Amino acid sequence: VRSSILQTAARFLMPLLLLFAVFLLLRGHNDPGGGFVGGLVVAASFVLYAIAYGVDAGRRALIVNPSTLLGGGLLLALASGVPGVLAGRPFMTALWTDLHAGSAELAIGTPLVFDIGVFLAVIGVVLTIVFTLADVALAEE
Amino acid sequence: MTAAAIILSPFLAMPVARWLGGRGGRQARLLALVPAALTAYFAADFRRIASTGPFTITAPWAPGLNLALAFRLDGLGLFFAVLVAGVGTLIVLFSSRYLDGHAEAGGFYLWLFAFMGSMLGLVLADNVIALYVFWELTAFSSYMLIGFEHDQPEARRAALQALLVTVAGGLALLAAAILLTRIGGTPSLTALRQAGSLAGHPLYLGIVCLVLFAAFTKSAQFPFHFWLPNAMRAPTPVSAYLHSATMVKAGVYLIARLTPVLGGTTIWVASVVAVGAVTMIVGAVRSLVETDLKRVLAYATIGALGVMMLLFGIGTPEAAAAGIVYLLAHACYKGALFLVAGALEHETGTRDVTQLAGLRRAMPITAVAAALAAASMASVPLFLGYVGKEQFYETLSHADVGATWSLVLMTSAVAASAAIGAAGLVAGFAPFVGARVSFPRTHEAPASMWGSPLVLAAAGTILGIVPNLIAVPVALAAGAATQSDTAITLAPWHGLNLTVLLSAVTLAATFALFAVRGSLWRLAWPEGLTAERLYTGTLAALDAISRRTAPALQSASFRSYVLTIVATLVALTGSSLGAGRLLPGAGNWTRALFHEGVLAGLIGASAVSAALARSNMAAVLSLGAVGYGVALLYALLGAPDLAMTQFAVETLTVVIFVLVFAQLRGFGDLSSRLVKARDATIAVAAGVLVTALVLFISTSGTGSRLAPYFADAAPRLAHGRNVVNVILVDFRAFDTLGETTVLVTVAIGVSALLLIGRERRS
Repeated sequence: VRSSILQTAARFLMPLLLLFAVFLLLRGHNDPGGGFVGGLVVAASFVLYAIAYGVDAGRRALIVNPSTLLGGGLLLALASGVPGVLAGRPFMTALWTDLHAGSAELAIGTPLVFDIGVFLAVIGVVLTIVFTLADVALAEE
Repeated sequence: MTAAAIILSPFLAMPVARWLGGRGGRQARLLALVPAALTAYFAADFRRIASTGPFTITAPWAPGLNLALAFRLDGLGLFFAVLVAGVGTLIVLFSSRYLDGHAEAGGFYLWLFAFMGSMLGLVLADNVIALYVFWELTAFSSYMLIGFEHDQPEARRAALQALLVTVAGGLALLAAAILLTRIGGTPSLTALRQAGSLAGHPLYLGIVCLVLFAAFTKSAQFPFHFWLPNAMRAPTPVSAYLHSATMVKAGVYLIARLTPVLGGTTIWVASVVAVGAVTMIVGAVRSLVETDLKRVLAYATIGALGVMMLLFGIGTPEAAAAGIVYLLAHACYKGALFLVAGALEHETGTRDVTQLAGLRRAMPITAVAAALAAASMASVPLFLGYVGKEQFYETLSHADVGATWSLVLMTSAVAASAAIGAAGLVAGFAPFVGARVSFPRTHEAPASMWGSPLVLAAAGTILGIVPNLIAVPVALAAGAATQSDTAITLAPWHGLNLTVLLSAVTLAATFALFAVRGSLWRLAWPEGLTAERLYTGTLAALDAISRRTAPALQSASFRSYVLTIVATLVALTGSSLGAGRLLPGAGNWTRALFHEGVLAGLIGASAVSAALARSNMAAVLSLGAVGYGVALLYALLGAPDLAMTQFAVETLTVVIFVLVFAQLRGFGDLSSRLVKARDATIAVAAGVLVTALVLFISTSGTGSRLAPYFADAAPRLAHGRNVVNVILVDFRAFDTLGETTVLVTVAIGVSALLLIGRERRS
């Protein structure tokens, strides 16, 4: 039995939560936030969706397989260390570049790539565990 | 940097090797360009060191830890490097035909190149720790290659055996490398060798034992030699390359390399010479009773490795030069004979020497290559094998070991050489002579399969006729091994002397043994004399110990794990706190605010409620309340990052718990009062300890230098004001990477366990 209150709430909360997660990820360098907690929020939003609409719907909403996020995130985090090596510095040395758009200025660096990698891996970890558990739990019933 | 990349280029070529190798023989042949170019490169380096002396290449590795990749290009290292790259080229060419069409050929080339890179690193590394790493990498790639036909249980077993034996030696080498680094004050082999002998040091004996164990296991010395014949399960090119021409000589290399540091003492010379001599006899004799072509060659290899070990154990410049010549001759003839064995098996489908005969008409070119190699192995004059054996005898006749031992060594050397020679004739001569035995569809092997053995055999022949061609490289290699400067002349004929007489006796004995080969094959090696029992016995003993101890340590009960961890923490931390009288100080207390007190009470009450809960749901919700309370506390005390993360984690934990309930039995009261009391005691002790620690830290008043450092450095160096996050993704990003890897591993483990469980039930 699905609760329509929960379903409606989930449908409205989901985009907000996802937006909030990206916001957390991007602001993490200067203000509270970061890839880890951002990833947890994304995972929580999909868990909420899966509770409201069922695990299969949750999997479909995620589009990619959580295990892809697992490996992809780890690879991305690992890859963020390579530019340092190519620049002749030790592995994982952060490199930065300043982007200018008019008067606005933005510093972009490999730590951001690393944080995105952690973000994706955390989503993958939580959802791999939760979806598999839910599958097994449903199969039991 | 570039030079280091060239040395390690086989590693870089691994993906290409896998891709091209998997596409078929014609494409795989292109891969030979890599070792061919390396051979030319190392040969050019040889010319360079001949005129200007050895040099070192360094590339930064981890500058923060003051670690650099250092390679020392001297006579000894480069001699091995040319051998590894040169034979490697021929092996790749041979394999391209031998494995053409094999479904997993790509993986074969991948590991072959991994081995090539590890072996080059091993012989050129200047850092003892790097030497160890490459040493283990050769063992691992050897494991993958022996077990290449992984659907055969015998191949897997042989691979595991070779790995366990050589890795046990590798661990000894690691210990020796650490001791050498500590005592010598430097990991650099060059510096250690220049500092001279450690013979007077109290740890000398220990280091010698460790190094010898490593060298003896790697070079298949008695009583650890049993893994090498079993390793013949590998595809034949691997046997030719790893298990005769290169990898098994790593132990000999290690002895040669460390002679200036550890050599020259009675204990060193006596142990190496004795073990070498016994190995020489055991290997040579047993090669006569084996009937599998590859096992014949494997035991002959063990015998030859014994000879090399013996020569480098003596360690004089003359002995080292003899060892180098012997090693080169062995690589040429044994590599060729292994490849011939591969070609024979490929064409006739058998490796049984009692079956193979009369193939000279069907496979004329292979027969020529085999005959040349066999002649070199039987040390017929005008072949390189003869030059090597002459040098061997010459060295023994000068060895300073007393008359009796000199006679014993000389006699065993002649006997072993004759047996090895006879094995050579069995492998390279017998299959081609005699009455024709009909094999279905026997024809000459394709050019890429007779080409490689022919090149190796021809090299052994040409160098046998004009051995002085290699006088300079041999002198450089022997000079580097013994840190001396000797000029060497190599000639096919030294005039009539004792050595020549012994050679004539050896040759006669060789042919006599060859003539009676049929009756030797009927003998079986006594079961009681197989050294492999050492291996099976050790494994059985280890298994028995594990069966006793494992259930106690791995109880598969989550509670006992947590209990052990927490109790250990409490005991260790508590005792050191108590011993140091590090009790919370009296001063610096801040007054608790009212809402903080309420929150603390709430957390405490929730914890008690979790412990006393009578249902799963009540317990989880109580734990959740504890978590949220702590998160609120974080938020109040100025740690918003922690608070957010804690909130998210608590929420997800509750969800996961609810899902896990489906897997659990119903809630029940299963523990006795005593167990409950024990658990409660430990839990309360842990709480008290952590409380004391927190109070101690917050009242001890010693200001940390880290906080101001990160507050200052985070915006300046890492473009970020959120210190927590900057530490996570920049200053200590390597740690975070490790933690992320752990999380990912856990997720994979959890889903694997759950899926296995589901499959079992359905």
